[in-house]
Amino acid sequence: MTAVVLACGTSARPAVALEPYAIAGDAIPAPLAGLSGDAQRGRAVVLDRTRGNCLICHRVPEPDEPFQGTIGPPLADVGARLDDGQLRLRLVDASLLNPETVMPPYFRTEGLRDVAPQFRGLPALNAQEIEDVVAYLARLRTP
Amino acid sequence: MTTRAALFIGLSLATTVATAQEIRPGSAFLSPEMRRQQSDEARNPGFLWVEQGEELFSRRSGEAPACITCHADPERSLKGAATRYPQVDAGSGKLINLEGRIEQCRTQRQRQPAFGYESPELLGLTAYLASLSRGLPMSVTTDGAAKPYLDAGKAVYERRQGQLNLSCRQCHDDLVGEKLRGDTISHGVGTGYPAYRLEWNEVGSLHRRLRACSLGVRATQFDYGAPEYLALELYLAARAKGLPLESPGLRR
Ligand code: HEC
Ligand code: HEC
Repeated sequence: MTAVVLACGTSARPAVALEPYAIAGDAIPAPLAGLSGDAQRGRAVVLDRTRGNCLICHRVPEPDEPFQGTIGPPLADVGARLDDGQLRLRLVDASLLNPETVMPPYFRTEGLRDVAPQFRGLPALNAQEIEDVVAYLARLRTP
Repeated sequence: MTTRAALFIGLSLATTVATAQEIRPGSAFLSPEMRRQQSDEARNPGFLWVEQGEELFSRRSGEAPACITCHADPERSLKGAATRYPQVDAGSGKLINLEGRIEQCRTQRQRQPAFGYESPELLGLTAYLASLSRGLPMSVTTDGAAKPYLDAGKAVYERRQGQLNLSCRQCHDDLVGEKLRGDTISHGVGTGYPAYRLEWNEVGSLHRRLRACSLGVRATQFDYGAPEYLALELYLAARAKGLPLESPGLRR
């Protein structure tokens, strides 16, 4: 399965045009906009409650972070289970794999309703942040 | 609201509501210590609001009759009243909750300015009236004129919303018992509200709690008393049918 998704927002506020990406199988093999990710910055995005806020749902090997969620799978070894392209697709829009998924679409502006005004037309994470988070997750290899 | 509600009628022919035996009250998800504290009038800070409400209930302001003038012996005459809200107001045909009824009495019968949502007065009176039904089973009407509102509430409950694209149902039916950060996700029934939340350091209304869930998924926070939240409140109450009313609840 190969599809080209051209994402561009159509909400009230002039939406940022999301960088296009190509899907192959269950992955987005190429980095978004050709950007390279930084694992340290990615870690900050994952922990930041105003950006990724991933720990409301997931556990990661961060002993100084109490109260990690149990909603999604633990991510301690996710880098050993999934390659970069697979990680990227699951962050960009996990509903491409599972329409019923609870995992939020982090790089999508279409098909969302009642988005709060300050987030309208914007993806939850931008292309650079997605690449940074991919770089962080890719390093998580020990269960 | 009537037209909006009417729009939903066509969409859902039969609204099925999960039965109370599978739905547990909010207190079932508290630590045993907080559960004890909730039921102990001396240690549940929500009862300070109840006391203020009780006092206000028999206070006269100016020429206006006090609430107790019309509602004598409230411990008996208004016992159970809160279990039947929200309900369709016979006069206007609109759905109103307990707060709405209190404000209606205030403006139309007492001819005083409305207190306003989240004012200490309205919270106190609501908590007081709710406390008169503590332990009694929720028993809202869901058929007849209430049906379109119930359907509208169910539709809001089930649709994904916000930048995080989650529905109430995904959390409060499918993920019950899981940890969202430090919180254990409950069935999301409103029967503890108005409730004292440690995070707020005060008593707040159900709509304030709903606004917090909306914010959590980065969705539009509707106004206090907005049709969306009123309809949701009815749907939540219908899901909670038969569960004991717990207000004033104690919550994290
Ligand atoms: C509201 C809950 C929630 C949030 C917030 C959330 N996730 Fe998820 N995540 C899930 C669930 C549930 C799944 C399982 C998806 C499925 O099976 O459809 C999942 C799956 C994943 C997967 C695939 C894991 C695997 O083993 O296949 C990755 C990677 C992931 N999430 C990373 C993240 C990152 C990074 C963030 C923050 C930027 C995040 N998630 C935020 C709930 C969440
Ligand atoms: C991402 C998960 C999530 C979503 C989506 C969500 N909630 Fe919640 N909700 C929570 C958490 C966590 C709490 C606090 C713990 C608890 O009481 O369940 C909570 C609390 C509540 C409570 C208070 C329960 C109590 O007894 O104190 C109600 C009522 C409620 N939610 C209703 C809703 C409604 C209605 C919606 C949709 C508009 C919604 N929630 C969406 C996670 C969510």
